[in-house]
Amino acid sequence: MSNANPAIGPLRHEGHGRSTRRRIQVWRESLISVLLRLCAFTGVAGLLLIMIFVFREALPVLMNPEIQKEASLRHFTSTLMWQPVGAVPKYGLAPLLGGTLKVVLVAMAFAVPLGVAAAVFTSEFASPRLRENLKPAVEILAGIPSVVLGFFALMVMASWIQMVTGATVRLNALNAGIALGLGVLPTIFTVSEDALRAVPKPFREASLGLGASPWQTAWSVTLPAAGAGVSAGILLGLARAVGETMIVLMASGNAAIVSGSVFDSVRTLSASIAAELAEVVFGSAHYSVLFFLGVILFVTTFAINVVAGMFVGRLRRRLAGA
Amino acid sequence: MRHHRFSTGMRVASVALALAVLAGGCAPSRRAQAITIKGSDTMVILGQRWAESYMKGHAGAVIQVTGGGSGTGIAALINGTTDICQASRAMKDEEKAQAAQKHGQPPAETVVARDGVAIYVAESNPVQALTLEQLKGIFSGATTNWKQVGGADAPITAYGRENNSGTYVFFKEHVLANGDFAAAVQTLPGTAAVVNAVAADANGIGYGGAAYAKGVRECGVRADAASPPVLPSKDNVLSGAYPLSRALFFYTAKAPAGTIADFITWVLSPEGQAVVTEVGYYPVQ
Repeated sequence: MSNANPAIGPLRHEGHGRSTRRRIQVWRESLISVLLRLCAFTGVAGLLLIMIFVFREALPVLMNPEIQKEASLRHFTSTLMWQPVGAVPKYGLAPLLGGTLKVVLVAMAFAVPLGVAAAVFTSEFASPRLRENLKPAVEILAGIPSVVLGFFALMVMASWIQMVTGATVRLNALNAGIALGLGVLPTIFTVSEDALRAVPKPFREASLGLGASPWQTAWSVTLPAAGAGVSAGILLGLARAVGETMIVLMASGNAAIVSGSVFDSVRTLSASIAAELAEVVFGSAHYSVLFFLGVILFVTTFAINVVAGMFVGRLRRRLAGA
Repeated sequence: MRHHRFSTGMRVASVALALAVLAGGCAPSRRAQAITIKGSDTMVILGQRWAESYMKGHAGAVIQVTGGGSGTGIAALINGTTDICQASRAMKDEEKAQAAQKHGQPPAETVVARDGVAIYVAESNPVQALTLEQLKGIFSGATTNWKQVGGADAPITAYGRENNSGTYVFFKEHVLANGDFAAAVQTLPGTAAVVNAVAADANGIGYGGAAYAKGVRECGVRADAASPPVLPSKDNVLSGAYPLSRALFFYTAKAPAGTIADFITWVLSPEGQAVVTEVGYYPVQ
């Protein structure tokens, strides 16, 4: 507004036509400000509406006695089978929860060391030229549609992994986990690299000046200083891994088995929703259960994102204080 | 300068707004002529070919075909968001009742083609034929090794379709007698994914539409141990000799009229049925 006033001021005592124009001007600017405000709130409103919708559709599982005859918290734990279409639907959540956990663990075991190490190399050791090429290259990986990554895992990677490990089942948790790891790698890499680069130069200079080697500096000074940011990157990657759908849908085989072996097929929460939601009769028990799975996913990723946000805030304060 | 820029922005914005309103205003009149077809993934290619040929011969006709699964199409038919539902299984009575309640009359059913659910094995697999009983054993988890059904001593990996697929329901009803699939049966999105997985897995077995069988071998099916093995060939599917054959349907919420009726009549004409043969299914006329 402070910019607009001086321009409008001189018009005040001029003719009628001018004042009309001025009024249009004011009206225009307030319209623009309303429009921009609307844009800003649309995202938040969308999130709120989705949240309300998902929770409302899941509610019958907890509240509606008619639905609860077929699917309730008791049914989720009383069987180890997930087979919702059939004469007697079975809604055991154990294979889905265990499967999600298993795939995510494999993905993180693959992506965290790789992503963080790549970030340390890129920010601390690579020449500026190499860095300029490396960073966009890894980030392009984030631009590959997950269905393409999934198809690659289904067709090519699964055969390699089977050849190396001799697994009986081609599409297994290891295959899906590594493909998922590739999917979340750019997130972990980019956020970690940014955090490392944000560490002020004097940190490194002081360390090198005291006689530490570049490697000691990176490992014992820079990485700990950027710890909160790197943790945030890992958590954001974790949140994406939990919710990622297409890669696991294609690469995991989707058999709902309870098993601790990474060489068995797995079915995840997200893949179950993606595969089944299209078919269900609107308002049926199966429909509500799928939304209940959605609530589980939503709460999990939301919690992870909140914690990641806290880490980012801490990193900011720490570097600002330094 | 600042004012100038704002007013340019405003002009752009108002033009964009006007265009959006115009586009929004135009859409309904265009939609009045367009036919939407939704449903079975097995029938997507068939539906698209029909739509292409029909639109070529009928200027002005617009037909949009999407998949999603028979269940998706039936749900869309009930909700009134599609004109024609393609389904690779018959509608269940409860679904018909829902549609009738919503639209005031039962949905109209037309058989537009026939299809055989093929059993695929890897090309190197020595097993040439399986009985329905053996298939039931494999997919319910009772049979876990190929040597139990006359093959090599190797574990069986079974692949199937997701439970949103008409093929899944058909197989469950006709092979498993409505029993449960074994938990270890891997489910993949789409028949093409099943075929790809079996092609890459020497111990794999899978089921899906006959139109997709590439890179794998179709396994013969015997109704019981005494009957001869039958492959899902044209004659066998049409005559019903192949134990796992099925009808492919069009459903409309009301008795078809106008452009929709004309399209369905054309689909059943020799020209429309020639497309069926081209795509790899079996004509009904």
